[in-house]
Amino acid sequence: MSPLGKRFLQAVCLRAYRFLFFSKFSGKGEALVEHKKIIELQNISKEFEDEQVLSSINLDIYDKQFVTLLGPSGCGKTTTLRIVGGFETPDQGDVLFEGKRINDVPAHKRSINTVFQKYALFPHLNVFENVAFSLRLQKLPNAEIIKRVKEMLELVALKGFERKNVTKLSGGQQQRVAIARALISHPRVLLLDEPLGALDLKLRKDMQNELKKIQKQTGITFIYVTHDQEEALSMSDVVVVMAEGKIQQIGTPTDIYNEPVNAFVADFIGESNIVDGIMNEDYKVTFSGHTFQCVDKGFAPGEAVDVVVRPEDVDVVNVADGMLQGTVTSVTFKGVHYEIIVDIGGFKWMIQSTDFVDVNANIGIFIEPDAIHIMKKSEFSGQYGDYSTFSDEIEELGNSETVGD
Amino acid sequence: MEKTRKNLGRLIAAPHILWSVLFILAPLIFVVYYTFTDAYGTFTWENIFALKEHANTFLISVSLSVIATFICFLVGYPLAYLIAGYKEKSQKIMITLLMLPMWTNLLIRTYSMMAIMDDGGFLNSILGALNLGKVHLIGTKGAVIFGMVYDFLPYMVLPIYTIISKLDKNLLEAARDLGCNPFQVLWKVVLPLSSGGIISGITMVFVPSISTFYISQKLGGGTFELIGDTIERQFQNVSTYNVGAAISLVMMILVLVSLAVMNRFTKEEAS
Ligand SMILES: Nc1ncnc2c1ncn2[C@@H]1O[C@H](COP(=O)(O)OP(=O)(O)O)[C@@H](O)[C@H]1O
Ligand SMILES: [Mg+2]
Repeated sequence: MSPLGKRFLQAVCLRAYRFLFFSKFSGKGEALVEHKKIIELQNISKEFEDEQVLSSINLDIYDKQFVTLLGPSGCGKTTTLRIVGGFETPDQGDVLFEGKRINDVPAHKRSINTVFQKYALFPHLNVFENVAFSLRLQKLPNAEIIKRVKEMLELVALKGFERKNVTKLSGGQQQRVAIARALISHPRVLLLDEPLGALDLKLRKDMQNELKKIQKQTGITFIYVTHDQEEALSMSDVVVVMAEGKIQQIGTPTDIYNEPVNAFVADFIGESNIVDGIMNEDYKVTFSGHTFQCVDKGFAPGEAVDVVVRPEDVDVVNVADGMLQGTVTSVTFKGVHYEIIVDIGGFKWMIQSTDFVDVNANIGIFIEPDAIHIMKKSEFSGQYGDYSTFSDEIEELGNSETVGD
Repeated sequence: MEKTRKNLGRLIAAPHILWSVLFILAPLIFVVYYTFTDAYGTFTWENIFALKEHANTFLISVSLSVIATFICFLVGYPLAYLIAGYKEKSQKIMITLLMLPMWTNLLIRTYSMMAIMDDGGFLNSILGALNLGKVHLIGTKGAVIFGMVYDFLPYMVLPIYTIISKLDKNLLEAARDLGCNPFQVLWKVVLPLSSGGIISGITMVFVPSISTFYISQKLGGGTFELIGDTIERQFQNVSTYNVGAAISLVMMILVLVSLAVMNRFTKEEAS
């Protein structure tokens, strides 16, 4: 067959495939074809009033994935999302949708819908009309609108709420209406900006599961924004960690947790002890006065590095058997484990252990080679990972500050 | 505790209540009293029957006010929408500019309009200088309508602007997000959500328009009368106080009924 004919045939097959699997909600296509890039952010920068909010953001988002932008309040997550949605224009760089530049395509012409942080339901319309909003704009026949709204309300478990006033619904219910409203026109991409931020913990967990389920069922690409690392890890296919307007790391939840690229990521995702170390040679690192076996390589001999050890990977042993020795300064019971703060040569480590130890006890600690993760030094080195000022209260204060943005 | 708070509340409200009784309730009672009595204070329906003679004036007044209110809406709504779309600082400047004419007394404003629209006035001098002929404005209904629109436009713009500027911007973005072009955002979201402001605006323009007498006297050039003029004329002469009161009463009822109907509209919108 001539190359041209082959190309043509390929194109036809692709069309047919798309028609079969993309024109309807379906998760079946996943196994058949490598996901394609649906959104690309290329070298995006954005300033507000002389403040650099985003600096050269490069991000590829693949079709049908659940991608989460994770970072502390003010790091530029919402701005990134708004650029994708078409509500902000980048100062520099391009936004691509399926390979085509869409910088100049207005929001209402993008096949991208948004679930807003504060729901933004139309108060003058009831639940049915809110959900039907985009279908009414498309001037679909009434019978089809009724059918699709019904299906959608079932999907978000709001059957029978059609005639209800949206302002009279609970937060969780409003949230579901917002999701139904955004999904009903079958967008290719759904943007969700801290959609669960206003819900209480229990409801939040339920909604997390439900959102994940809806994403699987519909096969729509989700770009999800949160500052809650637990939420990000449990829901996402891909996590994008952001800080200070820059992307720090892109990876699966496991990668991000096990192999953070710098002190910021290590500290932001879960608990971490981050200490200064020297890489002697491949697989050998010295920190806190002891040389450890490790699994990392590729650093210059004698290179200064940041060493991450997760609290749950540290074993408490007798002083004599320990690779390092320290004094316990506090012990908190956490249900499944004790949270133990140990002073090792002036640096406070956090250890999570199911064994109880006494405050002021001298203990030894043991660390397996694969529990040690080596990172290059970065601008964040030395800012994180010491638990000397740590207390639960401070942790909570920090969290509540980040909630209300 | 609860009781002292209640008493305190009453004490604070007292001047207001006194004011209301003296300047709202008492005049109202007088109006009703005069409506149903003759010059000697005996009960009569005559004043009500006399209203028939003024039916035509009523009609002209209502139609001119409706037209003026409608024009105010057509001009005022887009204006309010546009202003609300600017940065906060520019909004403040524009609203101040809009209100600036209101700092000038209504009479003076009307006089200056006369100076502009008069047969030998400013406008006609310009037209004359350009050899475009002359237009006769003073004494036409158009001039009166223009006067009403000019004088009362800010009352339409302000309440609508207030509501639109306080609209949750997220709602407008949500509308765009779901596929509304700019016009549809206005039509499907902004307009229904600002209905309260529209109703206030309509009321605040319609009520002064229908009761005005000065504008029609000056810009209407005395060629026709509005109901406000009629009332004013009745009260110039002691012997016609009672008819004047009757017309006033009907006017008040008319305005109250239209307010009630409008309120009904807004309540239905809201629920
Ligand atoms: N419209 C705006 N005007 C000025 N500054 C803004 C605007 N939007 C966002 N910012 C600033 O940009 C930074 C990033 O904001 P945002 O993207 O909302 O962060 P996040 O969603 O991660 O909390 C913040 O410092 C915020 O104050
Ligand atoms: Mg945000």
